[in-house]
Amino acid sequence: MDKLLSVNNLSVMIPTRFGDFLAVDSINLDVKEGQIHGLVGESGAGKSTIGAAIIGLLETPAFVSSGTIKLLGQSLTELDNQTLEGLRGRRISMIFQDPQTSLNPLLSISDQLVETIRQHRSMSRDEARKAAIELLEETGINNAAQRIDDYPHQFSGGMRQRVVIALALCTEPALIIADEPTTALDVSVQKQILKLIRDLAKQRGVGVILITHDIGVIAEITDEVTVLRYGRVVEHGKTPKVLGSPDETYTQQLMAAVPRLDKRLDRFVNIASDDHRIDGNTAWQVKGANDQHASQWLLNNPTSQSVPAADQTELSTSDSSTSVLQVQNLSVTYDAKRSWFGKKTGFQALNDISFDIKPGEVLGVVGESGSGKSTLAKAIAGLVPVSQGAMWFNGTNLPDAAQRARTHPARRQIQMVFQDPYSSLNNRRTVEAILTESLRFYGLADKGAPSRKLVASMLELVEMPQRAMLKYPHQFSGGQRQRIAIARALMARPDFLICDEPTSALDVSIQAQILNLLKELQKNLGLTIVFISHNLAVVRQMADTVMVLRNGEHVESGLNEDFFTNPAADYSQQLLRESPSLELLLTD
Amino acid sequence: MLSRLKRASVENELLYLFLHSRVAQLAALISVLMMGAAALAAFVAPSNPYDLASFDLLDSLLPPSYMDGGDARFLIGTDDQGRDLLSAILYGTRLSLTVGLLSVAFASILGVTLGLMAGYLGGRFDTIVMRIADVQLSLPAILTALLIDGIARGILPQQRHDDLMLVVLTVAIGLSLWVNFARTARASTFVEKNKEYVQATQIMGMHPLRIMFVQILPNILGPIMVILTVDLAVAILLEATLSFLGVGVPPNQPSLGTLIRIGTEYLFSGEWWIVIFPSLTLVVLIVAVNVLGDFLRDALNPKLR
Repeated sequence: MDKLLSVNNLSVMIPTRFGDFLAVDSINLDVKEGQIHGLVGESGAGKSTIGAAIIGLLETPAFVSSGTIKLLGQSLTELDNQTLEGLRGRRISMIFQDPQTSLNPLLSISDQLVETIRQHRSMSRDEARKAAIELLEETGINNAAQRIDDYPHQFSGGMRQRVVIALALCTEPALIIADEPTTALDVSVQKQILKLIRDLAKQRGVGVILITHDIGVIAEITDEVTVLRYGRVVEHGKTPKVLGSPDETYTQQLMAAVPRLDKRLDRFVNIASDDHRIDGNTAWQVKGANDQHASQWLLNNPTSQSVPAADQTELSTSDSSTSVLQVQNLSVTYDAKRSWFGKKTGFQALNDISFDIKPGEVLGVVGESGSGKSTLAKAIAGLVPVSQGAMWFNGTNLPDAAQRARTHPARRQIQMVFQDPYSSLNNRRTVEAILTESLRFYGLADKGAPSRKLVASMLELVEMPQRAMLKYPHQFSGGQRQRIAIARALMARPDFLICDEPTSALDVSIQAQILNLLKELQKNLGLTIVFISHNLAVVRQMADTVMVLRNGEHVESGLNEDFFTNPAADYSQQLLRESPSLELLLTD
Repeated sequence: MLSRLKRASVENELLYLFLHSRVAQLAALISVLMMGAAALAAFVAPSNPYDLASFDLLDSLLPPSYMDGGDARFLIGTDDQGRDLLSAILYGTRLSLTVGLLSVAFASILGVTLGLMAGYLGGRFDTIVMRIADVQLSLPAILTALLIDGIARGILPQQRHDDLMLVVLTVAIGLSLWVNFARTARASTFVEKNKEYVQATQIMGMHPLRIMFVQILPNILGPIMVILTVDLAVAILLEATLSFLGVGVPPNQPSLGTLIRIGTEYLFSGEWWIVIFPSLTLVVLIVAVNVLGDFLRDALNPKLR
C-alpha cells in the first residue's frame, strides 16, 4: 500500500494574549490507502486541530508553526491558498460530527450533491445527478432515485450522516477526515455508519482519519491508532496492539477508565489528572469543615423518613412500604392541546411505565434517543405533568408537576443531577451562593458560619477544594462543574437522586472519576438513585437493576447481572450487540 | 487548556477590549466629560440661565466673544433674551441627560419586567404583553410621546403642567422605548428558562418570581445593557425633538431641543451661533453615547469577535 498522507513534525500554534499556546506539538502521522487511522484523546488533546491543519481549515489565529503535511507526495504546507482550495474538497473531504448542521436545510440533497460534483468534475447536470444517485445507493440509502430530491429534514439522523458521507465521497477524494462522525448518533445507527465507513475505505482505497474520543469506536474500525494528550503523541501503532497491550501508562489508564460491559467493577482506576491544577491555593479552608462533617450531616437526616399523614390514604395495593418510589402505569403526553376541532393531539413520550425502587437501590434506565428516559426523570422530579398513572414516594402519593405544591416535601427529597454541567449551574452566582441556595430555601442550616461550614464540607465530600466556593462556575472544567452540581443536589439532604446522563458530556477519565464519586456517595449515604444513560457500559457499572425503554415503552427490566449476561428481549440483545466494546477487540 | 484560559478571564474581557479600542476610549472620555460638565452645571456655568432677573435684553444676540462685537462675558454669545449660551447649553445638557436617563430607566424597568415575565410564564400573559408591544411598535415613538404629552396637557392645569413636565416627558419617552427592552428580555428568557440550572430551581419548588428575578435576570443583563446605552441616545434625541416641537420642557428651562428651536428662528438673520452650538453639543453627545453602545454590543457578542 502506498503512503497517502504523511505528516512530519507538525506543530500548530495558537497565539493568545496570555502567550502562545502550542495546540499540537511535533506530530508524526502516516495514512495509507484504504487504511483507517484513528486519532483518540480527551478534550484538549488537539485531535480536531490536527484534522483542521491537514485540510487547511485552521481557525485564525491558529497557524502551522512548523512541520510538513504531504498528500500523495505534494506538500500542502507550501501551497498557496488557491491551489489548496482546489485540493480541499477534491482530494481531501471532511465528515463532521453533527449531520443536523453539516447539510444546508434549504437545499435538496440533489442540489447539494450535484453542485459539488459539478464543481470538481466536468459533467453535465444529468450525468452528475446519475453519479449522485449511485453514490447515495453506495452509502446505503434505499430508493435513492426518489429520495435524492428530498430535503435534509426528511431524513433521520443516521440517514443524514449517510448523505454527508456521500457528499464527502462525491469528489472521489483520496483522504477523508471524519471528526467524531458518530458521536451524535444512537448506538445502533453508529454501528451501521462505522461499518459503512470501513467498507467504503476498503472498496475505494480511500484513506480515513477518524477523530474520536470514544475508544469503543477506535476498537471497532481503525487499523492504526494514535493516542494523543495535550497535543502530543502518547502512543502509536496497530490498533489491537495499542489497545490490547498498551505500553504507556496513560493509555493503560485510559483503557481502564472505559466502562466495560462484561463485568462490574468496584471502582475505576483514576487517571493521574491535573484537573485540580488551577485551584492553586488548597490551603484555604473554612474552620472545622471537612468531608466527615458533610457525610455526618447527610446521614443524620432527621427529616428523611418523615411522611405527612395526610396523603397516606391512597396507598397502593402492593407492598409499598419497602419501596422508595413506585411508579404505576405512567404515561406522559407532550403538547396534549385540544385543537380547534376538539381532537386531542400530542406526542406520547412515555406509555404505561411501571416500576419499583427499593431504598438504597440504583435503577439504571437505558434507551436510545427518543426512548423517553429523560421524560421519565422529569416526570418524577416534577418538571413534566403526567397524563396518566400514579407515583408513590415513601408510601405516599406523589403528585405530578401540575399538582405538586411548591412546599411538597418531595421537592426537597428528590434531587436531580443534570447532563450538561455547563448549563446546570447559574453562571452569575458564586459556587457558595449556588450551594447555599437549598440550605436557605429549605431552612436546613443557619445563615453565616454553619451554612458556610456545610458548603465547604460538601465540596470536600465531592472531592473539590473548599476554596472553590469563592469562585464562579465558569472558572471550572466540566468534571469539576459536575462535582459542584452533585454537591448542589446533596445540599438539599435528598433521599433520592435522579442522574440524567451525568457523564455523557465528560471525558472518559473524568467520567470514571464522577462514576467513582457517585458510587462512593451512594454506598456511604445509602442514596436511592435513578441512573439514566444511553451508554450500556456505564449502566453496567452503576446500576443494581436495569430497565430498558424504547419509544416510550417498557421493554425489559432485570437485575444487572441477569440483564447483561442474558437479556430476554430481542431489542435488549440487539442493544448489547451494537454497543461498541473493547472486549470485541480483545477476543478478535 | 485554551478554553480554560479564555473562560478564566471572562470578567476582564470587556476591560481588555476597551483598553484596545481607541474609539471606545474617546467616546467614553467625551461622554464622561459632557455628563460631568452637565452634572456640575451649577458650578461650571458662568451664569444661571434659569434666573430671569440676571438677563439683560441689551446683551441679546451677541456673537461669540472672539468675533467682532463679542463680549468677553459670553464665550459663545447670547440668545434672543440675552442669556449666556454656554450656560444655557450646560444647563440644557443637564436637563436633556436627566430626562434621557430617567426615561430609559423607566423604559428598562417596565420593559424588562414585562419581557421577563412574558418569556418565563408564556401562554396568555405572553400573548397579551407582546400584542400590546406590537401595537406600541406600530406607533412611531414621537407620536406616542406627543400623545401622552397631549393628554397630560389636557388633564393637568397649566401651572401644574410646568412642574410635572419632567415626569410627563419621562413617561412619554419611556413608554415609547419599553418595547425594545421587553422583546430582548423575552427572547433571552426563552433561552435561559430551558437551561438546567432553572430546572434545578423548579424542582426545588422555588417561587416563579424568585426564579425570574434572582436566577434568570442576572443572566440576561448582557443584551439589556447594550440596549440601555443605545436607547439612552434615542431618548436624548426624542427629548430634543419634543422640545424642538414645543411640547417638551417649558421655555424658561431650556433643554438642548428648546435652544435649537429658538436658534432656528435666527438662523437666516445671521445669528448662527444660537443654533449651531446647541446642535453640535447634541450631535457630539449622541454620537459618543451611540459609539459606546455599539462597542458594548460588539464586545458582548461573541459571534462578532
